[in-house]
Amino acid sequence: MNHGIVLLAGLAAIGWVNWYFFLAKRGPVVLARTDQSGRQEVRIVVHGGYDPATVEARAGVPLRLVFDRQETSSCSEEIVVPAFGIRQFLPAFQKTAIDLPGASPGTYDFTCGMSMLHGTIKVR
Amino acid sequence: MAVRSRSSANTESPDQGTAGSLKKVTIPVSGMSCAACQGRVQRALEQEPGVETANVNLMLGNATVLYNPAISTPEHLVETVRGTGYGAQLPSANQSAVADQEAQDRAQQDEFLEYRRKAGVSLLVAGLAMLFSMPLMMANATVSGKSPADPFMAWTMRHLNPPLMDTLPWLYHLNSTLLLYVLLAMTVTIMVWAGRHFYIRAFAAFRHHSADMNTLIAVGTGAAFIYSIIATFYPRLFLDSGIAPDVYYEAIVTIIGLVLVGNALEARAKRQTSIAVRTLITLQPDSARVLRDQAELDLPIDQITSGDIVVVRPGERVPVDGVITRGESAVDESMITGESFPVMKSQGSHVVGGTINRTGSFQLVATDLGADSTLQRIVRLMREAQGTRAPIQRLADRISAVFVPVVISVAIATFVAWYFFDTQAPVVRGFAASVAVLIIACPCAMGLAVPTAVMVATGRGAQWGILIKGGEALERAQAVTTVVLDKTGTITEGRPAVTEVVVLDPEYHAERLLALAASVESRSEHPLADAIVVYARSKAIPLFEPASFESHTGGGTSGRVDGQEIAIGSAAFLERRGVSVQSAALPVSVGSEQQTMVYLAIEGKLAGTLSVADPIRDTSRDAITRLTRMGLDLVMLSGDHRRTAEAIAHAVGISRVVAGVLPEGKTDEVKRLQSSGEVVAMVGDGINDAPALAQADVGIAMGTGTDIAMEAADVTLMRSDLRGVPLAIHLSRRTMRTMKQNLFWAFAYNVVGIPVAAGVLYPVFGITLSPVLASAAMALSSFSVVGNSLRLRRLHAG
Repeated sequence: MNHGIVLLAGLAAIGWVNWYFFLAKRGPVVLARTDQSGRQEVRIVVHGGYDPATVEARAGVPLRLVFDRQETSSCSEEIVVPAFGIRQFLPAFQKTAIDLPGASPGTYDFTCGMSMLHGTIKVR
Repeated sequence: MAVRSRSSANTESPDQGTAGSLKKVTIPVSGMSCAACQGRVQRALEQEPGVETANVNLMLGNATVLYNPAISTPEHLVETVRGTGYGAQLPSANQSAVADQEAQDRAQQDEFLEYRRKAGVSLLVAGLAMLFSMPLMMANATVSGKSPADPFMAWTMRHLNPPLMDTLPWLYHLNSTLLLYVLLAMTVTIMVWAGRHFYIRAFAAFRHHSADMNTLIAVGTGAAFIYSIIATFYPRLFLDSGIAPDVYYEAIVTIIGLVLVGNALEARAKRQTSIAVRTLITLQPDSARVLRDQAELDLPIDQITSGDIVVVRPGERVPVDGVITRGESAVDESMITGESFPVMKSQGSHVVGGTINRTGSFQLVATDLGADSTLQRIVRLMREAQGTRAPIQRLADRISAVFVPVVISVAIATFVAWYFFDTQAPVVRGFAASVAVLIIACPCAMGLAVPTAVMVATGRGAQWGILIKGGEALERAQAVTTVVLDKTGTITEGRPAVTEVVVLDPEYHAERLLALAASVESRSEHPLADAIVVYARSKAIPLFEPASFESHTGGGTSGRVDGQEIAIGSAAFLERRGVSVQSAALPVSVGSEQQTMVYLAIEGKLAGTLSVADPIRDTSRDAITRLTRMGLDLVMLSGDHRRTAEAIAHAVGISRVVAGVLPEGKTDEVKRLQSSGEVVAMVGDGINDAPALAQADVGIAMGTGTDIAMEAADVTLMRSDLRGVPLAIHLSRRTMRTMKQNLFWAFAYNVVGIPVAAGVLYPVFGITLSPVLASAAMALSSFSVVGNSLRLRRLHAG
């Protein structure tokens, strides 16, 4: 009896861990604002992850990502946007702007320096 | 103003300067969307006391303010802008590469000091906790009749108990409940004070559906804490099942202490990986002596403007990039180019900020300042290089992305397996094994394996005057099979020079021939013509103004000088003009294969010849020998005729020559080699052969230390020394080996460590791993990877 409960609880826990970290929905998609000069901008809070973690932007329009790092954890001290060859140190409790050129439609990832925190830019 | 790269972080230096006693500051302003917003911010700033002028730029999103520093401050101005409802920040957020590096250094230093302090206190408390837990373990062992299930605790009890009973017998007479509460209080204190960030960061990551190193520590110690709380307050639950109610308090404190030791070691080692960049930054002097209104003023470096005349004395560092206008000196450029001998500089020479003036005094006119200066460009390039990802890291990235949830799953499975298969203490052992799995798993070692090697290698390269564009360039350079070398300016100096003048008509003497030849050639733009003019000037021979001049493409030039008809050019050119060249009796040395012959006719009669050669650099032969010894195939490309090209190639030891190549033909040659399966490195001057450099798998540009085409090539040699090429390839090979070792150890550590922690060795060997030992292993794993990368700092040339 006990064995059965432990087995079921174990399987359920494993299932939940994998669902939560890999499959569960991660916050809303945020659309980048376009200012009068035509540049898109979005603010991303860095605190144990990226909020919003998914940003939507228009194709062919320069995009500024303003990372607002609200922690000192070294895990998030760098931001990497591999498709644009960017790796940038983010000072703690400061905003750091990353300028991207107008991109073609597609999905571009951004991660922390060790590829453990993830975010996505969806360009349409 | 800084040059903006195609896509870049916002790292321009703040535009700060002075005008008289006024100061200028550029403040980034956010949130402005129309001209009305712009006007509002501008008016607010203009009404601010002390503000002379304010210029708000909507497109750039900033306000440039000229203000009186005695009345206002940048902080005040930022507040004024914020008061209008728009966002503003101090320009320091807009950092230069140098400031960026300094900020990162400070953060890493603070991090190291904090970790070190917390680790020290935690380990001290852990020692005390270990002492206090001895009597408890003994009491539990007596009640249950079994020694602790955790192997580390069993070991400490066996070895520490007897001496402790002798030295501190009173400890064993204390009330065990009191001891438990003391241990609990110590543990909570350490968890809250020293380990708080693990839990806060783990929770923050959890909210974002992500998990990292902190998650593993938090879950591992958190689970051990809950288990111990139950054992403290409800020991019956354990005793009724025949299990000793052991607590893990001392283990939690030790784990936190050891993980912090690992963090501290890692933070310090990470700091050392960027030591080369830091060294470059310290080269920049803070002030310069400037000539203004005939007076010498000591001004801070950020107040120097382009065009200022700067005075540099012997022994001083050159404060800014510039061109010497007066004086001469030997300048030590080793910190920039790796060249160990001082270089003579005189009027017209370019000097680089950060180099050391050794012998004489000189004045220079400041040219490239701030973000455009050579030093800042190198620092920026190095920071960008250190930020790139080597392709070899992709596998590690893919594993890192799923690592922590998978480890948590393995920990749960471990508990279930122990519960099913262990007959003696399934819950206790299963629990300890699960915690050990969580604690031993170390994603950081994998994450650090490649980037630390790239950082150290690019830094080591910079010390040799070799700038490498990043991880990918390093990885490609180690795979190179063929090195293609452009002849002119790479193997040779790239500056043709007259080596011999032969008089064939006894009516003239050499000076007269040179005077006539140089006078005609002074109108031509051909490099050979330039060589003749330079040679004549070096001999202080006065030139005439030609009465007429004609350039004959591909042949030579002709003109009338000092009343005489002159024709100068190739043998074929003179033959076409009816001058007999073949019959000329030239000395044996003339026209040797490495030289180009120029014939001179006066009044339709051959009068003499000039030999022009592009001298081979002293270091080229040695470099080529090294490349050959490294097993690389070498090909020399040259626009010269086959005979000259082959002579040069033979002189330096290259057997494959492609002669008569036009600039666009170089790209085709690289393509041809690539299509036959070769991995090609192309070495050129980075200016004329940029397309070929781009086509090659690795483009290596030879700079002169001052005129650097750094952004164009994968590898830039800061001085004109071909030996940088074998050195760069040697460095890339060693770096690749280091990366592979790091990845192997990081993977192997987890692949072996996690199953051992889970207890796979127990059924056969009876070995289990205590969570405390697991935390010690984890603390060392990241450090060992970074330490291995740091060995590249000691890599020797050769």
